[in-house]
Amino acid sequence: MKKISLELGGGGRLMRDFIAGRILPSFGNPILDELADAGLLPEGLAFTTDSYVVDPLFFPGGDIGMLAVNGTVNDLVVSGAAPKYLSLAFILEEGLETGVLERVLKSLRTAALKAGVRIVTGDTKVVRRGQGDKIYINTAGVGVSIARPAAERIRPGDKIILTGTLGDHSLAVLVARGEFGLRSSARSDCAPLLFLLPLWKKGALWMRDITRGGLATVLSELAERLPLPLLIEEPAIPLSRAVRGASEILGIDPLYMACEGKAVVVAPARKAGQFLQEIRRSPLGRKAAVIGEVQDKVGKPGELLLRTESGGLRLLEPLTSELLPRIC
Amino acid sequence: MCLAVPARITRFDEPGQGLVDYLGSEVKANFSLLPEARVGDWVIVHAGFAISVMDKHEARQTLRLFREMAKTDR
Amino acid sequence: MKELRNKRAVRRLLDDISDRAAALPSPVRLMEVCGTHTMALFRNGLTPLLAEAGVEMVSGPGCPVCITPDGIHEAAIDLLTEKEGITLASFGDMTRVPTRKGSLQSAVPARDSRAMIVYSPAEALDEARRNPSRPTVFFGAGFETTIPAIAVTVQEAAAAGLRNFSVLRALWLIPPALRAILEAGEVAITGFLYPGHVSAIIGLRPYEFVAGEYGVPGAVAGFEPGDILLAVRSVLDQAVEGKPRVALEYSRAVRPDGNPRARAIMDEVFEPYDTEWRGLGVIAESGLGFRRKFASFDAAKRFGLRTVGSGRAPRGCRCGEVLRAVVRPDGCRLFGLKCTPESPLGPCMVSYEGACLIHYKYNRGAREVS
Repeated sequence: MKKISLELGGGGRLMRDFIAGRILPSFGNPILDELADAGLLPEGLAFTTDSYVVDPLFFPGGDIGMLAVNGTVNDLVVSGAAPKYLSLAFILEEGLETGVLERVLKSLRTAALKAGVRIVTGDTKVVRRGQGDKIYINTAGVGVSIARPAAERIRPGDKIILTGTLGDHSLAVLVARGEFGLRSSARSDCAPLLFLLPLWKKGALWMRDITRGGLATVLSELAERLPLPLLIEEPAIPLSRAVRGASEILGIDPLYMACEGKAVVVAPARKAGQFLQEIRRSPLGRKAAVIGEVQDKVGKPGELLLRTESGGLRLLEPLTSELLPRIC
Repeated sequence: MCLAVPARITRFDEPGQGLVDYLGSEVKANFSLLPEARVGDWVIVHAGFAISVMDKHEARQTLRLFREMAKTDR
Repeated sequence: MKELRNKRAVRRLLDDISDRAAALPSPVRLMEVCGTHTMALFRNGLTPLLAEAGVEMVSGPGCPVCITPDGIHEAAIDLLTEKEGITLASFGDMTRVPTRKGSLQSAVPARDSRAMIVYSPAEALDEARRNPSRPTVFFGAGFETTIPAIAVTVQEAAAAGLRNFSVLRALWLIPPALRAILEAGEVAITGFLYPGHVSAIIGLRPYEFVAGEYGVPGAVAGFEPGDILLAVRSVLDQAVEGKPRVALEYSRAVRPDGNPRARAIMDEVFEPYDTEWRGLGVIAESGLGFRRKFASFDAAKRFGLRTVGSGRAPRGCRCGEVLRAVVRPDGCRLFGLKCTPESPLGPCMVSYEGACLIHYKYNRGAREVS
């Protein structure tokens, strides 16, 4: 690849190859090599960063400010750390209305309060009109490690819990873009996943928040690091009516649609019921469900399998390139 | 090559255009291919165009057939 | 329509199918010619279930992305990368096909040009309306399900005097392709599953020659698992009884006479001509071109694009034969080795409903069902 294409930013295989082929060789060290959502530092801290580039800035249920706080907070939560501090850096495009910026600042403030984090340092740059897309935000986050994710302790019978419905964020953004003349009640699920933190001390084995690439990408990545196949049940996967409808009419698979406030949690077999109850106690986890398990009866190591509603079996792959609506 | 879903016509805007509803999601649709379609009809929508009106009687028959098959064991 | 996915109903139909398949000489092989059928079989895990019931499902040339020769894909890429100030509006599926010039999706546009993904030709026309001084080209590929929509869009463009709108077309007709496959006689087919939504447009009559002239059974099928299995059962019934015909197993959406208005509109804008399909060569009267009245909307003419292209597949790529079901994806020496979903060499491995991609996915998966 001689020039960077938009495809690279899609978050699928191309991105992973880019990281493996260019980033790791340049910077590789034991912490980075884990390629987890946050770097787990020997000093008992977790450190993560993310940049937020979203169009449009405001969509049903959220905006770029909320994303910038919750996205980074969630990366810490699923890495076993209690989020404490964020940095906040802006790249603003010349000509941006200050009213828009005020809205985003307000949203950042509210989200930070809700997530219990403080913004302790930051930066602002302004670029010429046309050289940026209104606002780009980068946040880096520091948290205190409660526990270390332990994928190596995952055994057959351990359960996979999904904390709620898939694809709501993705659909909200599509609606906000006015694409396909789509109208829907969909609202982004952008939210902090702090309610998952207590599960770490109770024995949670692994967590990941579901962002770009969707559930299938997150679980395929888990499957690849395990010597065991994963099996999930299609009827068990919670979907809102809005996502179900829009995804069918547009030909987009909800298993690959982005969320911004949902996670998968791998629970030890005998604790799954308890974990599920706890998650459901949070308003953000009401629709949580056990959607599958790690097992060794069906499939080969490293595979993610889906048992379909009609009883068939299907292999799920990670997203290889941008999710496009189909007509065929 | 025919990804299409049955959706209910909720309204007509200009001639030949309107909205259809599928499980609560509304999408723009063009009805030029179905001049006889009416609000409330279920139509098959493909690439933003309604191509066929669903036959409700046939649909009910099919659902009935499958409900039967779902019940008894052979 | 979840009754049509019900596990018990599906199991009953599979048992019926199994009984009938056992009464027929093997191999019992059904061909579908619709990318959405290929996808539906795959997404619901039906192909292995049917195999267990004694029925082998093969995919014919039902993927418009796959059968559009490289030349047309390359013309789209040329347009986007060389012409400044244009908008190329394309169906998503079309943008990922690898050609010698890369894929449309990875192409870097010329200055002030951009690509956009649309779900409907109407969106492309809206874009043309919004920016009347900018050429907007709709890259439109499809079969008879989609062609009427494109025809209406062109009519609307003409009526509104939108001179910046044009269509880079790749329009294909299914019945001539069926005839070409039957004529070639390369693979023994027990029966056909006819595409449900193409049939909603063209009705049943265009398939009658399959039963009448070639004695091959067939059924028009919908897209839910139950729909597909009903149609498979119907085809096998015809085979067992020795009475081939064109059965309609999707009556809630398809009338025997299809949609005459849609056909009339297609006929007003387009006319058939002999054209080349990837893998099948030139098939008589199998493609649609613009009638003279609408010729100004033909993007290939307007921009002087060469659409008859290189068409030379990478050495060893057997996509063409796969499209004719002459060879299974794993019969191609590149399959799974040099040609994988991450580094596809041909469209059959790239398109969501490409036979090679689907074969790769479900064949790597479990064979046991617990």
